[in-house]
Amino acid sequence: MLLWTAIHGSHGIAAAIPREPIAVQIAAGAGVSVFLFRRFLTFLGTLVGASVVVFLVLEVLPGDPALIMLGTEAQADTLAALRKKLGLERPPLERYFDWIGGLVTGSLGMSHTYSVPVANLILERLQVTVPLAAMAITLSTALALALGLYAAARHNRPGDYGVMAFAQLGIAIPGFWFAILLVLLFAVVLGWFSAGGFPGWGDGFWPGFKSLILPASALALAQAAILSRVTRSSVLEVMREDYVRTARAKGLTRRRTLIRHVLRNALIPVVTIMGLQLSNLLTGTIIIESVFHLPGLGRLVFQAISQRDLPVVKDVVVLFAAMVVAINFLVDMLYAAIDPRLRLHDD
Amino acid sequence: MRAKLSIIAALTLLAGVGAAQTRDTLVIGFQQEPTGLDPTLDSTAAIETIVAQNIVETLVQMDERGQVKPALATGWTITADGLTYAFKIRDNRKFHNGRKLDSSDVKFSFERAMAPDSTNPNKRIFANIATVATPSPTEVVLTLKTPDSLLLFNLTNAKAGVWAKETVETNKVTPVGSGPYKFGRRVTGDRIVLVRNDDHPDAKSVRLREVSYKFIQDPNASVAALLSGDLDAFPNMPAPEMLKQFERNAQFKVAVGTTEGEVILAIHNGKAPFNDVRVRRAIAHAIDRKALIEGAMFGYGTPIGSHFPPHNPNYVDLTGMYPLDLAKAKALLAEAGHPNGFEASLKLPPFPYARRSGEVIASQLGAIGIKIKIEPVEWAQWIGPVFRESQFDLTIVAHVQPYDLDNYTKQPYYYNYNSPDFTKLWGEILQATDPAKQGELFKRAQRKVAEDAVNGFLFQLPQLGVYRAGLEGYWLSSPGAAAPLAQLRWTR
Repeated sequence: MLLWTAIHGSHGIAAAIPREPIAVQIAAGAGVSVFLFRRFLTFLGTLVGASVVVFLVLEVLPGDPALIMLGTEAQADTLAALRKKLGLERPPLERYFDWIGGLVTGSLGMSHTYSVPVANLILERLQVTVPLAAMAITLSTALALALGLYAAARHNRPGDYGVMAFAQLGIAIPGFWFAILLVLLFAVVLGWFSAGGFPGWGDGFWPGFKSLILPASALALAQAAILSRVTRSSVLEVMREDYVRTARAKGLTRRRTLIRHVLRNALIPVVTIMGLQLSNLLTGTIIIESVFHLPGLGRLVFQAISQRDLPVVKDVVVLFAAMVVAINFLVDMLYAAIDPRLRLHDD
Repeated sequence: MRAKLSIIAALTLLAGVGAAQTRDTLVIGFQQEPTGLDPTLDSTAAIETIVAQNIVETLVQMDERGQVKPALATGWTITADGLTYAFKIRDNRKFHNGRKLDSSDVKFSFERAMAPDSTNPNKRIFANIATVATPSPTEVVLTLKTPDSLLLFNLTNAKAGVWAKETVETNKVTPVGSGPYKFGRRVTGDRIVLVRNDDHPDAKSVRLREVSYKFIQDPNASVAALLSGDLDAFPNMPAPEMLKQFERNAQFKVAVGTTEGEVILAIHNGKAPFNDVRVRRAIAHAIDRKALIEGAMFGYGTPIGSHFPPHNPNYVDLTGMYPLDLAKAKALLAEAGHPNGFEASLKLPPFPYARRSGEVIASQLGAIGIKIKIEPVEWAQWIGPVFRESQFDLTIVAHVQPYDLDNYTKQPYYYNYNSPDFTKLWGEILQATDPAKQGELFKRAQRKVAEDAVNGFLFQLPQLGVYRAGLEGYWLSSPGAAAPLAQLRWTR
């Protein structure tokens, strides 16, 4: 909620940065190795926390995996036989440590319902979800930077209003609905794309890439809308700085000032929001994958939850947690890359 | 001569082009994606639909009308006491791995399903079999513990399919049977592809070389996939409101058939106030089936008055037993000690027919003072707490097993009906060897559960299919869950 108000308030961008850039912490005295070690501990702590929470939730959630597989006609003895086969009768603590042990040694266990190793399932699905998220974030960032910069340059003029109207619309339109509109136009009416599905990468790059274009656009719209607003406010803020006036005064063109001085300094809030968006994208794919019936990670976990395929749910949730923590780490690293003042001098 | 030859060659080429224009592939859309493909491990209906009669063969199979027909067995004899079934097995079948199928495979498959550690979801259909004998490679003899007139019917299920011993462990991923289609490949989350089994004796009459099942959960997405040409058929549309646009479209045919699914308002008969038959009859008098079918199903569906499908030859129409009569319903409630009605919860599983019917039923029961609290539950919370543990007042669900009136004999069962009279009647049905007598008994059984108003009997679930024009040979109705591919063909 804090984030949301920050995005919508035009001058409240500073509040959208939830934490100190890491380089600041580094500069404050701690060495790189200590910092990395601390980060690693946070990473581990988050994963352990996520594993305990998901395990407990699945323990108390009603729903017996054996019963769901065997259905309404199953006899008591058949159910007992299947529970035994799936190892559901063992004490919870034993099952928890078995699972964690497996994660540590890299063996993720077998899916109850698919009867294939969970690792294979996840790897298969990542081939859809990762390219989809990457395409969406590339598209939304390119669009947002261009629009945000343009709007700031045309501050309070028709171009600015146009971009802001687009941004309002993009935030207001739910992604799944926009997805349906895209399908109706490009698949049903024009016939340029298929309405959904994923042919796999086996038939070459283009068929797979093509099937992800509409879903990535649907995912990118809302992200681009939010990000273009952030870019615009951030650029406007930086444009008021003294050094911008200096740059203009020494004779740099407006365009060069914008690109060389303003944009770079305006990027930190943008990168923060991008990091948050990347985490959102991973979960946002669940809905978009359903509209375009793409066999991605989101649909895998959705189906696994409804069928109580516990090994799959547990592993995917921990993977999601790991990805989010990793993205946050990357964002911290990016701050340092963008802002030389935050870089550690180790020469 | 040379000119003649080239004309012939040209004609042959043309003919070849002409033949190639008739498509020999098909893409079918399903809502539910089965995780595995072994029906002996998982009860998911989609598995049965993909595998039965296509990949695996059974001793006997069902036709579109629900009649039992020869399949792997060319014929059978039943002894007069109804205890011994002798089947003659075809000599010309091979499994998809090339090995010849014989009676020992039947014995293996049945004994595997009957074993103590069996995880067959329909193990109960084998419960009555005492022994499986194989006097010769083409003969199988089943000896029963007690007569069972529904045995042949039950053996049409893919859960009683004949499997190869050497491949049963991998059937979940790559099922091997002896049917006219074999497993081709799978893109998990997207599609399953079956290809024609050219070694099958009937392969010449099988037109489609390759059939793909694509899985699309969202009804809007499935409509778009049909319109854009990604799909050729969607045999079971979950959203009846989507059909109108296809009825007006010349490129498609809408096929309305029926299923074995009786949609009932299940009532917890063991719990006050529903343990009073007057309360249950009051509910029956308050249900307006016509309005329900209009409101929840857009007019698709046949009203039922008992737990029996209208397409069955032994069906008796009992929808008039409790005519819509709110005054009478209120009087019955008052007589039972609830002049001001009462509160009850209605748990709804995630199927569109159940969720939509639930809204209509809640308002209809509200009219006689029964205040309904609707609780949507996911399937896992339905099959466990509601179905297995009877934690509910009212719920709506379709019972899709053929001849599932036998559920009314089960103790315990989620709606907790307990009638020794009905159990005795069902015993007579199982022992009846004369079809006419058995038919009479079926009618008595339907009347009995209707008189006791065990549940609210709502409507027979329709099968709403959309097919691309030019495709022929599909079944309008699903008597079991099978949907055979072998007779499908494109006419243009």
